[in-house]
Amino acid sequence: MTGPGGAGTGAGASPAPAESWELRLYVTGRSPKSVRAIENLQRACERYLAGQYHIEIVDLLENPRLAADDQILAVPTLVRKLPPPIRKIVGDLSDTDRLLIGLQLRPQKGDPA
Amino acid sequence: MASGHGGTDLTSVLAEADGGGALPKAPTGIRGFDEITGGGLPRGRSTLVTGGTGSGKTLLGLQFLVAGAREYGEPGVLVTFEESADKLSANVASLGFDLDGLQRDGLLVVHAFQVDPAEIFESGEFDFEPLFALLDDTIERIGAKRVVLDTIELLFGAFPNQAIVRAELSRLFRWLEERAVTAIVTGERGDNALTRHGIEEYVSDCVIVLDHRMHEEISTRRLRVVKYRGSAHGTNEYPFLISAHGFVVLPITSVALDYGAPEERVSTGVDRLDHMLAGGLFRGSTVLVSGTAGTGKSTLGAHLIDSACARGERTLLVLFEESPDQVIRNMRSVGLDLRHWAEAGLLRMWAARPTAFGLETHLAILAGMIEEFGPAVAVLDGIASLTHGPSGPEVASMLARQLDLLKASGITTMVTTLAHEDETSTVGISSLVDTWLLLRNVESDGERNRLLTVLKSRGTAHSNQAREFVLTDHGAELIDVYVGPAGVLTGSARLVQEAQERGAQQRQGEELMHRRRELRRGIVEAEARLAVLQDDLAAERAELEQIEAREQRQAADAEAARSALAAQRWADPASHGEGGRR
Repeated sequence: MTGPGGAGTGAGASPAPAESWELRLYVTGRSPKSVRAIENLQRACERYLAGQYHIEIVDLLENPRLAADDQILAVPTLVRKLPPPIRKIVGDLSDTDRLLIGLQLRPQKGDPA
Repeated sequence: MASGHGGTDLTSVLAEADGGGALPKAPTGIRGFDEITGGGLPRGRSTLVTGGTGSGKTLLGLQFLVAGAREYGEPGVLVTFEESADKLSANVASLGFDLDGLQRDGLLVVHAFQVDPAEIFESGEFDFEPLFALLDDTIERIGAKRVVLDTIELLFGAFPNQAIVRAELSRLFRWLEERAVTAIVTGERGDNALTRHGIEEYVSDCVIVLDHRMHEEISTRRLRVVKYRGSAHGTNEYPFLISAHGFVVLPITSVALDYGAPEERVSTGVDRLDHMLAGGLFRGSTVLVSGTAGTGKSTLGAHLIDSACARGERTLLVLFEESPDQVIRNMRSVGLDLRHWAEAGLLRMWAARPTAFGLETHLAILAGMIEEFGPAVAVLDGIASLTHGPSGPEVASMLARQLDLLKASGITTMVTTLAHEDETSTVGISSLVDTWLLLRNVESDGERNRLLTVLKSRGTAHSNQAREFVLTDHGAELIDVYVGPAGVLTGSARLVQEAQERGAQQRQGEELMHRRRELRRGIVEAEARLAVLQDDLAAERAELEQIEAREQRQAADAEAARSALAAQRWADPASHGEGGRR
């Protein structure tokens, strides 16, 4: 449980190099919202989490039952699996500020960039 | 951002006015509900069921699915946003709904979503496509014909962007209709609207409102079909209950006309009372026995039970005021042995202190007993204790439902209630009963006696006479009362009056005999006098005749003498001589 402290409180410094971000993005096929979300997420990660992140894309049209198992009602849904705690961000991630707040990256926004 | 939903109002109004032919229906399997809707929910369409927390929305939906799966060969899908699947299964297992079993058999699928607003963070546009895909997949997989979404309005709380939620739900309802599944969507009752978020706007075919009121610790559940496009439906508020067997709607008004009317008579167990009622009670009818304290109401009930058990019928005795042991002891004192009927399994006694739980539960338990035990005769003893407290209308409605249930089950029922001197205070159920017996105490000369009258008895020529009701050590008996110029006499007054009457009669008899003797003697005397007078009369007549005869002889003699003298003088016939001379 080292993550929450570092990421959650945003201890002032940039994320520790060792820290890895496990992100999963649920989409449905190639719908415009899904495509936009993938693009928006990749752009944000490159900018704020370069070299520390891993994105998994899950297409619920291929396995609809996963929606019930993973409790995903809406798409796109981004789930931050690591660092804990798990965070869910719903939407096409077009609002970058909201995305960063949701990922609890907001405090770091101004510092390194 | 699906297209708008405006404009549906006008078309729905027109369609409603049109009426249309036989709309296909999907039976819910809920007793009473299919009756008031003429067969169930509109097939292939969505129905909105709305109500407050704990009003029974979820149960209605579940029962619809379970009945579909079990009885109508229509598998179903439940999507719940309220409870976890495990919790739901456990909750409804007590109602005999085996959700796990149905799921194993591929007749039901439950998808549970926990929507926790705190967990969801929004950034940009989204849609509910996963829900559509999941439903689509499940419907295909098990061939589902029924879908329940419970309670979909919770999504408004989970996602801050209300406009998107609204649009997506609107799209979902249209999608369900396209899939031609019969759906129930539940909503939370709003303050001034049918649902908190106005989703009734999207479900225009059928809207049902459930209501759960608590008043004076008495819970009452009601169901109303607010809208049912293209179908006739009962518009009343129908009481319903959640019994051990699920949801039961009691459509009092519609069922009331369907009762059978058996001609068979059932003895009350009191011979002379049967006689007063022209042979007893009609089977399946309802008798109200009202009376003041200690008038023998319970005894009448015990008689009915005793005679039914003696015929081998099952009986149910619901006690509101006493314990079974008390009743058994009390009835033994009037020669009725209820214990051996109980031991023989023909009598079931249920002591139900009404304050122990709500009337709702009471009704539910009664319904359960009727279903499980199947009594032919039921006695509800002492219902007046239900009416304590200011919740009169609820109690009356509740009793009406109980009586209705009993009547609908064809059970001959006797209800006893404490009534005060004022006859009309009998909690407004008198119109529901077929026969009304009134027991009264009549106090005079330092004693109280019981009087029984038949106030009404539908379909029966009944005696209008009051009878004295006497409790003996071998049961209740009815005795003719003394009705005379002094009024109605009972008890020892009647005995005294009867003795007095006997004495008076005797005296009168003696007097008459005396008078008769006197008269006879008078007649004999008069006859004797008459005979003497007649003798006198005869004697006087005879004397008169003699005198007249003598007179005639004397006249004739005188004539003869005169003729002879004339012949001597002129030798002419007497007549000529005389005539010529003049």
